[in-house]
Amino acid sequence: MTAVLQTEAPSVRPEFRSPGLGRLTLVELRKLADTRAGLWLLIIIALATVGTSAIQLGWAPDEEQALDGFFGFALLPSAILLPVLGILSMTAEWSQRTALTTFTLVPARERVIAAKLLAGALIALASTAAMLVIASAANLLAAALGGDGGWNLPPSLLWQGLAMQIILVLMGMAFGALLQNSPLAIVLYLALPMVWSLLGMISAIADAAKWLDINVTTTAMAEAGMTGDEWARVGASAAVWVVLPLALGIARVLRREVN
Amino acid sequence: MITVEHLTKRYGSYAAVDDVSFACEPGTVTGFLGPNGAGKSTTMRMICGLSTPTSGSATVRGVPYRRLGNPGREVGVLLDASAQHPGRTGREILTLAALTMGVDTKEVPRVLDRVGLNTTAGKRRVKAYSLGMRQRLGLALALLGDPAVLILDEPANGLDPEGIFWMRGLLRDFADRGGAVLLSSHLLREVEAVADRLVVIGGGKIVAQGDKAELLAQTGTLVRAADPAALAMVLDRAGLPGTRTTDGGVVVPTGSEVIGRAAADAGLVLLELRPAGSGGLEQMFLTLTAGDSVKEAVR
Repeated sequence: MTAVLQTEAPSVRPEFRSPGLGRLTLVELRKLADTRAGLWLLIIIALATVGTSAIQLGWAPDEEQALDGFFGFALLPSAILLPVLGILSMTAEWSQRTALTTFTLVPARERVIAAKLLAGALIALASTAAMLVIASAANLLAAALGGDGGWNLPPSLLWQGLAMQIILVLMGMAFGALLQNSPLAIVLYLALPMVWSLLGMISAIADAAKWLDINVTTTAMAEAGMTGDEWARVGASAAVWVVLPLALGIARVLRREVN
Repeated sequence: MITVEHLTKRYGSYAAVDDVSFACEPGTVTGFLGPNGAGKSTTMRMICGLSTPTSGSATVRGVPYRRLGNPGREVGVLLDASAQHPGRTGREILTLAALTMGVDTKEVPRVLDRVGLNTTAGKRRVKAYSLGMRQRLGLALALLGDPAVLILDEPANGLDPEGIFWMRGLLRDFADRGGAVLLSSHLLREVEAVADRLVVIGGGKIVAQGDKAELLAQTGTLVRAADPAALAMVLDRAGLPGTRTTDGGVVVPTGSEVIGRAAADAGLVLLELRPAGSGGLEQMFLTLTAGDSVKEAVR
């Protein structure tokens, strides 16, 4: 009965309803690429990926010139640079002060953050798909040039590669949301896990590092057929490096005064 | 359409906004006046839900701003024209807002045209915009959702005289069609030409508010004499405190007859004796808010 009443007599005029999450995600996706910085970052990722394939075509042993080899190597540039795009998506709102417009149009800040995270995951998905296309093109060339040219790509490698891209982009966004300052967030995003890796060499915390060092745990993702134990380690390190900073970052964005 | 009740914002022991209440009605332009640092922007940010008040409340069309589902369609807001990503084009910024609000993107060129930015300007990045162009873009952003209420913080900053004249026309027209405008400025003359009501704020507190005509009528009489020194003596003897204007006149908070009689008794030659109007309001504005800008500079 209530449902019928609601459809027959809407209390709110349609144009006054809050924008849906899909619409906000599209806006955030567009914001990733509509500035010079964002666009060039995407172009550089694409060029660097083509570069990885070129390097392999030129210098790798013939038997390694197969689709799985090209794909694994092609993921590297975006694994490093896509998170930077994620960081900028969060920090630019504050450093360029666009939060003033964004949160004036959408006062429910948590919806904007959700849209940004979704956009980040989607761009990771799109990028992984693009990497697959580039790797396939390189593999065709390799076959023509006398390389192995094998098309055997274990599905697990595909899913793991995608999961790694998404985890890293979300980690970048978490750092951006927490620190709200582009240079600081980029430097700490790159440096902190590295510092942790160095500390991991100390035997006393080496055992903990196997679980918490995201650089170590994600290396397993480049090899086909991860074990449950390896996934658990990825999960544990992601909890520390992605979920925790993201939770703190969201709390900070929700509370911060916009001016 | 905008109701502000006992709005207060404290940072530690410092009250940036202290118990501010006022209302904006449909069909009116409300001038929100005060020197820099008086609390205008803080008040406006609280109205728009960007800053949480320490106490008090503000509603737009009867609802707290944060509870408006799609605020861009009900309230046009321009708080800081410089707060835009310099790497985006003017058209892109409006397109993003249109997509967010669910406004047809065909409106973008139309609203650009309405604020006097041509196609070339729309295609340029905001980095290359002058402050006046940024204000026009900000106004376009505020008008894009076809709102019934406008909240504008110092929109005339950086506009040339022609631009200011144009903006007055636009705001007057907006109000005449039943909209409500809240317009802040630190320049009285700028607001006076378009506002129906004035709210004057100084040091976080409201120092005067009301109908512009009423406020102007209460501001006393301007008198100018051939011998200013003699006039000062006569006023002093009659117990009439006056404030000097910059051009040699004196504004006295009383009717013209009292001053005229005192001058006649003293055989003084008067060159001017008339209601002070805006000159008087400016004097009042300066007196009421004196010292605040200095405080701001050292805060």
